[in-house]
Amino acid sequence: MKRKALAIFMCTAMAAGIMTGCGSSSSAPSEAPAASEAPAASEAASTEAAASEAASTEAAGSEAASTEAAAESESAADEVAKNDGDVLNIGFAQVGAESDWRTACTDSVKSAFSAENGYNLIFNDAQQKQENQIKAIRDFISQDVDYIILDPVTETGWDQPLQEAADAGIPVIVVDRMVDVSDSSLYTAWIGSDFELEGKKACAYLKAYLEAKGYTDAVNIVDIQGTIGASAQIGRTAAFDAAAEENGWNVVSQQTGEFTQAKGQEVMESILKQSDDVNVVYCENDNEAFGARDAIEAAGKKVGTDIANGDILIMSFDATNAGLTDTLDGSILVNTECNPLYGPVLTQYVQKLKAGETLDHDSYIAESQFSADDTVTSVNVDGTDYPVTLLTQDVLDARAY
Amino acid sequence: MNNKGFSLKDLTKKRLFMPIACLVVVLLINLIKTPDFFNISINNGVLYGYIIDVINRGSELAILAIGMTLVASSSGGTDISVGAIAAVAAAVITNILSGGTDSVSEFHAPLAVAILAGLLVAVLCGMWNGFLVASLKIQPMVATLILYTAGRGIAQLITRGQITYIRVDAYKVIGSQFGHNPVPAPIYVAIFMIVVAALFLKYTAFGLYVQTVGINAKAARLVGLNPVKIQFLCYMICGLMAGIAGVIYSSRIYSCDANNIGLNVEMDAILAVALGGNSLAGGKFSLPGSLIGAYTIQALTTSLYAMGVSSDQLPVYKAIVVVIIVSLQSPELYKLIKHHKKTGAEKKNLIKEAVQS
Repeated sequence: MKRKALAIFMCTAMAAGIMTGCGSSSSAPSEAPAASEAPAASEAASTEAAASEAASTEAAGSEAASTEAAAESESAADEVAKNDGDVLNIGFAQVGAESDWRTACTDSVKSAFSAENGYNLIFNDAQQKQENQIKAIRDFISQDVDYIILDPVTETGWDQPLQEAADAGIPVIVVDRMVDVSDSSLYTAWIGSDFELEGKKACAYLKAYLEAKGYTDAVNIVDIQGTIGASAQIGRTAAFDAAAEENGWNVVSQQTGEFTQAKGQEVMESILKQSDDVNVVYCENDNEAFGARDAIEAAGKKVGTDIANGDILIMSFDATNAGLTDTLDGSILVNTECNPLYGPVLTQYVQKLKAGETLDHDSYIAESQFSADDTVTSVNVDGTDYPVTLLTQDVLDARAY
Repeated sequence: MNNKGFSLKDLTKKRLFMPIACLVVVLLINLIKTPDFFNISINNGVLYGYIIDVINRGSELAILAIGMTLVASSSGGTDISVGAIAAVAAAVITNILSGGTDSVSEFHAPLAVAILAGLLVAVLCGMWNGFLVASLKIQPMVATLILYTAGRGIAQLITRGQITYIRVDAYKVIGSQFGHNPVPAPIYVAIFMIVVAALFLKYTAFGLYVQTVGINAKAARLVGLNPVKIQFLCYMICGLMAGIAGVIYSSRIYSCDANNIGLNVEMDAILAVALGGNSLAGGKFSLPGSLIGAYTIQALTTSLYAMGVSSDQLPVYKAIVVVIIVSLQSPELYKLIKHHKKTGAEKKNLIKEAVQS
């Protein structure tokens, strides 16, 4: 009897625990409107006054596709192309919701393809499973959508489903991650991040910054890598290795922090004990940068922008909201964006396809670079100038994530 | 001479000899490879040095090892959900403090309330494990597998899949230092938990009950103990320890990263128990052994970092060392060697005899 009572108690306790879990998760939808308001706000800001930002995104979009769009329809790369006439049905197969980056991506697409803009978006969350995505694509085909947008979970295994979509005459736009298919004409276009360019921009920034400050002493740099094998890690590390060799930077240590704050902190803690003269830390995402900063401060050193007086410079990637908060107070010198806001550019793609134009088959999304220090205003990578956005509270508030 | 040999033999027979020897060997290797490993200085008002890192970062593992030792002893199984429970506790705490948003710079609820709620949830998780193992007699590995897989999902649900940041200095205290005290705060928490556990085991019969139940639950019942209750309590304590570890993990990074808090730490905790010379099949246990095991693992991790081993290759080196340590502690290995020697000697004798005849 006693045991039964205990059992009942335990079950209710667990149920209560799960309920509280669901309870707080159900607050997510109520938050969604707030999040979708944000892109609208950023739009307003960019069209209204923050000319610098608009200019930056326009210029940064020197990738063929977006400049073309800018030239033709005199719209900035981050402007939503509205749909006139019949409502277009769009199927969007998303990976899941594993990170705030992904959530920002989803929100951006959802708000761009809204009913007010003349679209009907059918959203599918694959929960990181490819079979769910393949099923979603077949569903989209049977519902006869006009366009399919696919953010694939994995690169391989797409020949069959994409062939089915091609047979049904539905164009497929692949975003973010690549697909590896035997015939690349199976999908209409791919758009994603250029991780190596991000790395090159960050390194170019460091070089320009040191030159502008007249700093000629040894640069002792640490690279806290991402999870080994991740495409972001491969691109950013490759750019780092090349730049370090080219500029004669002394690479003190290169270790993975697995994209987490705890590992970043632990690795940095250990590196600082091995060498006392580290003055630049290249972190391959924001979380690692937070960990590195804590480790540096715990070791009694100062994080900042004044390298000549012993400050340690931190460079970071992703430009998440938390990361930019630290960029604003100067503890991260420069933060290079990994843009999740695919919504606007995708609407432009869809409108171009509707108008019968052809798209660039593979292109990169425009990405900016942020710093609260105004020493360097633009960086030059392989002959192209990329502006650096001066980060202020307004710029931060206007961002969608 | 003879006398000395005897005492050495006695010493090696002591239960804690092997665990301590292993720890000493790991540290000695460090002394050779990284001579400044034992340097300790006060830097920025905090004790600073590799050895401090070992003790500091080993705190969570030591706390988890306390719970794991009791669980292993009483039920002859392991609780593989401790990492997930730590994540759930951290998620509950950060979510209460943040009031449901992703990043806050001030508390939305009192810190004490949030931590108590987090620990309560951790205890509930432990009770759930205890209920499955003790009352329903489900194998511990299977029973705790439920929360091992579901725990991080629950934590994700609570944090809505986001990393929740609590940018308040008061929240960082447990993971950094108390005021201007030079000793890192996690060390105090670990010492406090160890002392409480040691006193509890010394001045109550609980430790004895746990061992009795672990050796033979039926016999324990016959002498008037309630095995269900005792196993249940052990899992509950293990849940609480996981919750406390979760508080430290979360405070260190002043956020809750539900995917990564305490990731794979259950394996380290189980290893700590095994390295401490405790049987995972239940029965007699030694808490100091487990604690030494925990710090040995952390010493290994820290020294591999000090030698510049990349953290993604770390498990390989760890595995090699652990295999060596565990096999050194295995009586079977010695039997095997003895047997081998014996048969070798016998063969030699046979050959000798054959030659002589």
